Formats: sequence, C-alpha cells, structure tokens
Amino acid sequence: MAAAARVFIRGAHATLSVPGAGKQSSARSALLKLSPGCSSRLKTQQRHAAHFTFQPEPVTTQYGPTQKMNLFQSITSALDNTLASDPTAVIFGEDVAFGGVFRCTVGLRDKYGKDRVFNTPLCEQGIVGFGIGAAVAGATAIAEIQFADYIFPAFDQIVNEAAKYRYRSGNLFDCGNLTIRAPWGCVGHGSLYHSQSPEAFFAHCPGIKIVIPRGPLEAKGLLLSCIADNNPCLFFEPKILYRAAVEQVPVDSYTIPLSQAEVLQEGSDVTLVAWGTQIHVLKEVANMAQEKLGVSCEVIDLRTILPWDTETICKMCRMVGYKLRPG
Amino acid sequence: MKTMLAIISNALCRITGKNAGAQTVSEGARVVVSRSLSDFTPQATFDIKRCDLHGLEAGPPVRAELTREQGLQYYRTMQTVRRMELKADQLYKQKIIRGFCHLYDGQEACAAGIEAAINPSDHLITAYRAHGFTFTRGVPIKEILAELTGRKGGVAKGKGGSMHMYAPHFYGGNGIVGAQVPLGAGIALACQYQGNNQICVTLYGDGAANQGQIFETFNMAALWKLPCIFVCENNKYGMGTSVERAAASTDYYKRGDFIPGLRVDGMDVLCVREAARFAADHCRAGKGPIVMELQTYRYHGHSMSDPGVSYRTREEIQEVRSKSDPISMLKERLLGNNMASAEELKEIDIQIRKEVEDAAQYATSDPEPPLDELCNHVFASSPPLEVRGTNPWARLKSVS
Repeated sequence: MAAAARVFIRGAHATLSVPGAGKQSSARSALLKLSPGCSSRLKTQQRHAAHFTFQPEPVTTQYGPTQKMNLFQSITSALDNTLASDPTAVIFGEDVAFGGVFRCTVGLRDKYGKDRVFNTPLCEQGIVGFGIGAAVAGATAIAEIQFADYIFPAFDQIVNEAAKYRYRSGNLFDCGNLTIRAPWGCVGHGSLYHSQSPEAFFAHCPGIKIVIPRGPLEAKGLLLSCIADNNPCLFFEPKILYRAAVEQVPVDSYTIPLSQAEVLQEGSDVTLVAWGTQIHVLKEVANMAQEKLGVSCEVIDLRTILPWDTETICKMCRMVGYKLRPG
Repeated sequence: MKTMLAIISNALCRITGKNAGAQTVSEGARVVVSRSLSDFTPQATFDIKRCDLHGLEAGPPVRAELTREQGLQYYRTMQTVRRMELKADQLYKQKIIRGFCHLYDGQEACAAGIEAAINPSDHLITAYRAHGFTFTRGVPIKEILAELTGRKGGVAKGKGGSMHMYAPHFYGGNGIVGAQVPLGAGIALACQYQGNNQICVTLYGDGAANQGQIFETFNMAALWKLPCIFVCENNKYGMGTSVERAAASTDYYKRGDFIPGLRVDGMDVLCVREAARFAADHCRAGKGPIVMELQTYRYHGHSMSDPGVSYRTREEIQEVRSKSDPISMLKERLLGNNMASAEELKEIDIQIRKEVEDAAQYATSDPEPPLDELCNHVFASSPPLEVRGTNPWARLKSVS
C-alpha cells in the first residue's frame, strides 16, 4: 500500500511485525489479508497484499445536482467544466486525445476540438517544459503525465523552472496557470514503474502545490481548485480508485479549498493522518482499533501535501491523549 | 511417450516414403528422421533488400550467404521465441502471469539477426519488450517463463518480472523508455576504455525515439566515438500512437544527424544480420557510433492489456502475418533451396513446443521466492542494512 500514513502515538512502544509471518494478533495481521479468490490456487502462490474497502462520501447537495461518477469520470467532469468556462484552457499529454489510458479525457477532444485537447510525443521533460511556456503565455495549461513514475525526467522542469518562475522574475512572470495531473500510487500489479507515489520528492520545493484526493467528490473539487490556483500544481490521482471509487458527484463546478486538511473522524487517543487511498485503510483501522483495543482514533485527510495544513494537524495532535491502553 | 513417438515416427516414414524403422533413430525422447546430408544444399546466397543509408558511402551487402546449419539455427531461435511468447500469452490469460507483459512475436528476426552478427562477449541493452533478447543472449526458456510467473527459478529470482530480465552481457529489461540509451553508451565507453574490441548494441523503440535522453546520448557517443550501435526497433506504433502522429521525422535512421544510419528490413533475419555485421564492423574499426532502424512489426498489442486493434486494423496485422512473417520467410528460403525438409522443420517445431511446454510446467510449479528475500539487494552492505517496510515499525533486512 502507498506508505502515505503517519501514526502519532505518544508514550507507547508499538511494534508491528513483518507482514505475512502468519502470526495472529489482533490489529496487526488483520491489516494484511490474503486477497479473496486465491484460495483455489496452489499453496505456493499466496498473495501478501493488503486490502482496502473504498468508503464513499455521503451524498451532498450543497453544490447542486449530482450524478454517480467514479474517479476517472469525476476528473473528466472537472476538465469538461474547465474547458467550457475557460476558453484558454488546453489539455495535453501522452494519449489524451482518444481519452487517455485511464479514460480521464474521454469525449473532450470531440467536444472542444483538437487544438484544445491534443497528444504530445513521448517526452515528459518536453511536456512539462512546454506546459510551463504555455502557462506563462496565458493559457490554462493542464498537462498529463501518464504515470507518476514517469515524472522524473520532468523533475528539473518542475523544481527548477516552474516552482521558481514567479520568484526569480520578481513577479513579472509566473506559470500559475499550469496544472500537472498524474495517476499515482500502487495498484497491486504495477511493480517498479506503475506504482510509485513520488509526492515526497517534491514536498520540499517551495513554489509548487501538491494535492492528492481520496475519492471522486474530493477529486473534482480539488482539481478545479488546482486549476484555479495561481501557483503551478501537481495533482496526483490514486489509480487504484479510478474505477473502484464511485460517489455522487456534482455536475457543476465547485471547489474545495487547498491547504486545508479535513478531520474525517474525531478521536481522543491517537491521530492518524493520511492521504489518497490510505485514508480508506485508516478508516478501517480506526474502527478496528476501537472495537478490539478500545482506542479512539482521529482520522485526518491531509489533502494538500504542500503547503500542508500545519494548524489543523498541530491542533489535533495537541488534543490527543497520551495513554494507550494495553490491548 | 514411446508409443506416441513411434506413431509419429511411422507417420513421418510414410510421408517420406522410407521403410519404417530403416532410418529412424530414437534417442530417449527424440525421434530423428534423417535423410542423408548430401540431399540438402549446404549453402546458398540470397538477395536481400538494400538498406537506406544516411551519412554512409556504402552499406551492407545486398546478398547474404546462409549455410544450412545457420538456417536451422535461426529458424530454431525465432520459432522458440515465437512459441515462448505465445505460451506467455496463454499463461497471462490464465492469470498465472500477472502484472505487465509486453510480447515480442513478429519481431523475432531482430533479436535473431542481431545475435547472429555479434559475439556473445558483446553487450546488449534494450527496453521492456525484452523476452526475445533475453533468450538470444543465453537465458534458458524455463528461467524466462519462471521469471514471468514470479518464481524463484526465474532469471531475476522472481523479483523482476517481464520487464526486468538480465544475463551476462545483457543489461535488461528497462521500464522507463529512453533511459537505457545513455546506459548503453556508458557500456560502450567501458568497452572502448578497456580496449577489448567489444561493442554495445543499444535498442529503443519508435516511441522512445522522441525522448531527450536519446539525443543527449547521440551527442556524447559521436563526440567520443563510442563503439555503440543504436538500434531503433520501429514497429510503427508507440503503444497506440502511430509513428506519423508522434514524430516530426519518421526517418529514425536519420535522427542521429551527424551519426551515420541504416534503415533495415527488420522482418528479414538475413537483412538484419548483414546490417548488424556491417554496423559492428563500423564500431570495431573505431569509426564511432552508428544508428540502425529496424522496420518491424508486432502482432500483439503493446502489452497484454492492449487488444492491439483499436489503433490498427486486423487486416493490417493479417497482411503482415501472411506476407512478411520472419519465420515463414526463412522457412520458404530453406525449403525453396532444398536446404532443409519440411519434416525436419516440423520436427524442430515439435521439439520446441515440448521444450516450451516443459518450461511452462516448471514455471507454474516452481515455488515463489521466500518472503524474507523481499528486500534483499536494496542496499549492498555488510552487515545487512535494515530497510523500512510498509510502516515505520516493519524493519526488513536487505541482505546483499
């Protein structure tokens, strides 16, 4: 699972053993389960993969009428709203024209034209560099990197060019109109180059913003916020949720503020902070901790990794108790 | 088994008109129906397509010599790769192979031709469509299939999978396209520095040909006259994007600009061999790098999750299969010039099928690597370093 969680436990020694060792002890091994459907296989072939259950947001009507959408559809909806309302908006990346390898841009080229939704050749450094230029010149540039694992050739452009543009030109120029989207996180079979979560590499770079949603409703609002934001933004989409996560998502535009963490569940003993797919794991962990250990967990979705909501996190941690009842 | 072989042997004898038992030799599990060698033409010369040249006065020869032994060897190599890839396809659909799997069938002539032209002591590096080269560089089929199924008998101990297979003088197997090209130049530099007269064949695809790293490498290789053969395997589609839609210039053999280039018919193993030989001689003579564009075709989609027909027509695939299939082409040459018999080739097919079947059996039954090897070789360190697991308290050992 994407190691996107921090557990703050004060004054306790919590040791979790290596997963899959076969020990049966309450919360630990329950985190790791053999995936269903492998019982029919040979004994030698066990899957030591953690599971999670996507927990959808409750339906909200505060943003207008909603429609059932999965994650990639909510992204398409956000991009559709953007292209409709902003005539300078363009979407580009590898294979986006036919709809994208994860179907995030399906139908947009037909609807808005091939000068607004177009393919680039295979060159991430070129895509981001080109995106920076387009943004500086005034276009709302939405670049897609096909997998977050491939973002590294563009690392120099993001960190040295995009992040520092406004500062080094004394606010004369900026590429705030740039948003870079990429599928993110592990999916089970992606191995080295289709599973990475590279937000940590960028997390210490002032000048860019990094946002990771936990589901379709959050994704659309956060993506629209990134596009509207006047700073270059990296928007990572948990690829394992593209089809698995289904929620009622408003059809119109709406924004969710950046740099604001969300307290999903209040608790008094332990604060659990996470983002993306791991939120759903931690919600389950919180329930299990309550049932089996009597521990009350607070679950916080960080949402914006950079700049992160220090106030909420610090406030919540200060409220958390120090004792951990032995279970 | 023996009765089945006896039946086949009798059937073959009937076809060839010989007395059953008169000229059949049983060796264990193999039945060899032999005609006397003087029946076959030992060697023939074939016309091959002229290569387009860039920055070169003269190119590879337009006639290629082929001995019977070579012909059978190339046939065996290509047919093995073909059957191995089809078996991988089958295993993938049975969910015994998982993850990503990029098949090489249709492009066998490239791997076979290049290997025929270089020495085992030369070096080769390619991108992710690597099963064919893994085989030609000397890895047994069962280790390739076991690697695909993720078992400890696999060539990378089951931890690499389809894209990460390695062997002596074969540097993989690389997932990030274009990234292997500067590596190849580095290997060539080492060859030059060590003065061992070896070269490095560095392959990439038509999609990767647009990556910036390739051009940086061209510059370095030409500047320092590295003994590096840059091979662009142009199978006309970078995933689902046709070359016309991705490249301002589809003359990939010219993209080296100041580096001489050849455009080669990649479906003809003899053409590939002659061109690769020419290129290898060029490098070994100290003339610096050279670019080779192999025009080839893949029958499968980009990977197992791509049906391969949404961006090209079935008719196109069918046409290539019927008119330019590398194995059929070689077979016609051998049969047409009486260099081999149809039965002999069929016999080879049967042997290969069996080998692949046995390898698949091994790959399915071999145990997975033990879990305590999960983090080995992350670091090289003695004593072993601890590596963090999926949470801060899971300390896993990285033995190397």
